[in-house]
Amino acid sequence: MVALVALLLLWPMLQASEFQPWILFDKQSLSATWQFLSGFVPPAHSPEFLAMLMAATWQTVAIATAGLVLALLAAIPLTLLATASLSVSRLESGRMRSVAVLVRQSARWLLVVLRSVPELVWALLFVRIVGLGPTAGVLAIALTYSGMLGKVYAEILESSDTDASAALLRNGSGRLAALCYGALPEAAAELVSYTTYRWECAIRGSVIMGFVGAGGIGQRMDESMKMLAGAEVSSMLLVFVLLVAAADQVSSFMRKRLL
Amino acid sequence: MAFELRGIQVRHAVAAHAEVPDALHDITLSLAQGEQVALIGPSGAGKTTLLHTLACARRAESGEFTAFAVAPWLMSHAQRHALRARFFLAPQTPPLPPRQRVVTAVLAGRLPQWSFWQAITSLIRPREAGAAHAALARFNLQDKLYARVDRLSGGERQRCGMARLLLSKADALLVDEPLSALDPALSLQMLAVLQQEAHARNATLVCSLHQVELALAHFPRVIALREGRIVFDLPSAQVTPDMINALYQNEHTTLPEVADKASYCMGTPC
Repeated sequence: MVALVALLLLWPMLQASEFQPWILFDKQSLSATWQFLSGFVPPAHSPEFLAMLMAATWQTVAIATAGLVLALLAAIPLTLLATASLSVSRLESGRMRSVAVLVRQSARWLLVVLRSVPELVWALLFVRIVGLGPTAGVLAIALTYSGMLGKVYAEILESSDTDASAALLRNGSGRLAALCYGALPEAAAELVSYTTYRWECAIRGSVIMGFVGAGGIGQRMDESMKMLAGAEVSSMLLVFVLLVAAADQVSSFMRKRLL
Repeated sequence: MAFELRGIQVRHAVAAHAEVPDALHDITLSLAQGEQVALIGPSGAGKTTLLHTLACARRAESGEFTAFAVAPWLMSHAQRHALRARFFLAPQTPPLPPRQRVVTAVLAGRLPQWSFWQAITSLIRPREAGAAHAALARFNLQDKLYARVDRLSGGERQRCGMARLLLSKADALLVDEPLSALDPALSLQMLAVLQQEAHARNATLVCSLHQVELALAHFPRVIALREGRIVFDLPSAQVTPDMINALYQNEHTTLPEVADKASYCMGTPC
């Protein structure tokens, strides 16, 4: 009965979205799919293609890394403003001074604004402003990711044990020193793991932004897709897998050092 | 005078609106510079709250409070925070991050004196490792200098927290139950070190204790708290066993009496 009602409700929506899965299986699309997919094996491996792929991969990693470093430069000060656990006035009376509340709220709002616009949208904007190429990708990642990093950093710091930093503040140490000696030893592993995960996301993000002309491996993939060069696409997909696996290795290496 | 309190009233931190009795009620006392005082009383009497009030960590609802001849709550936010470097409040469970090295945790006592840059570089290369070593040596912990805090036992951690106190430059040492994780022999060592240190730098020492016998034997003055009020504030020679019995007598018959008595009557004649 419920299924029937659900289907009745769903049907107009399926109609409106022109959802016609059987097209996938008609003769023409099957043969097109087959042609494209059969091109995947073997992956393209001519020396000049591989050289181009290496350069594009390097550019993608560079876009992601540069974007993430710029995002960190903005996110760290915003985290310090946004986190409540380093408030001396909150320790004294359980609530913060109104100036501090205002600063903290504005930092939070700025973080919301930064991360509410997806990096793809920033990239489209920056491609218009600075033209095609990696600069647009770097700026787009820096803006969106500073919002994400700042928010999550602040939440990690607030949810970890604050006794150690509170005790240091009560004995008169500065807020930044209390952060480094009290809060960071506990939160460092989580902060590093989240940052390397974001770096991985930035690599994927910079690939997607390549499709709108922001450089790197994504731009090459867009070209290969349009030429239905399955062999090249499959080499690129293999490179993606390797990149993400490498990011994973970096993350677990850094966590081991810190735990 | 190191501290002057007149009619101090402090509310419970969590119950700002509810109709609960005050954490501290009408506290009037003065502590001279260099004086050594033990703070006794049953659990929940307000000993910790009093120590926090003395350290400017908690603000009194009403009453007059001066420390080192200034009124901290009339000062600006920044001035009051600078004043905090003159107190050292040692919580009962030492708040040392488990993943930190002992040397860093101990040197954190110097943070109020260090610039931010000095603090950061000390994280990489400890600045005054010698001083940290000497402080730990007074508790026979010098060989733990480069161990991680989570490798220490509870008692070692507590002494490590006190080594941080030794590194601070505070003029008032406000210590909350420093013996809670120590065996009798180490307890005596701890009290001796605290009292020597306070004496050497002419600092005021206020120490809350559950071991009434030790408090009476080692401190010239004893302040007894119960339900947020001062029951007596006397030279320890004038404290009688009857006063101690009355202080710890359990009037809340609804509480599980046996467990309660066992926890706070250690070493008392009750």
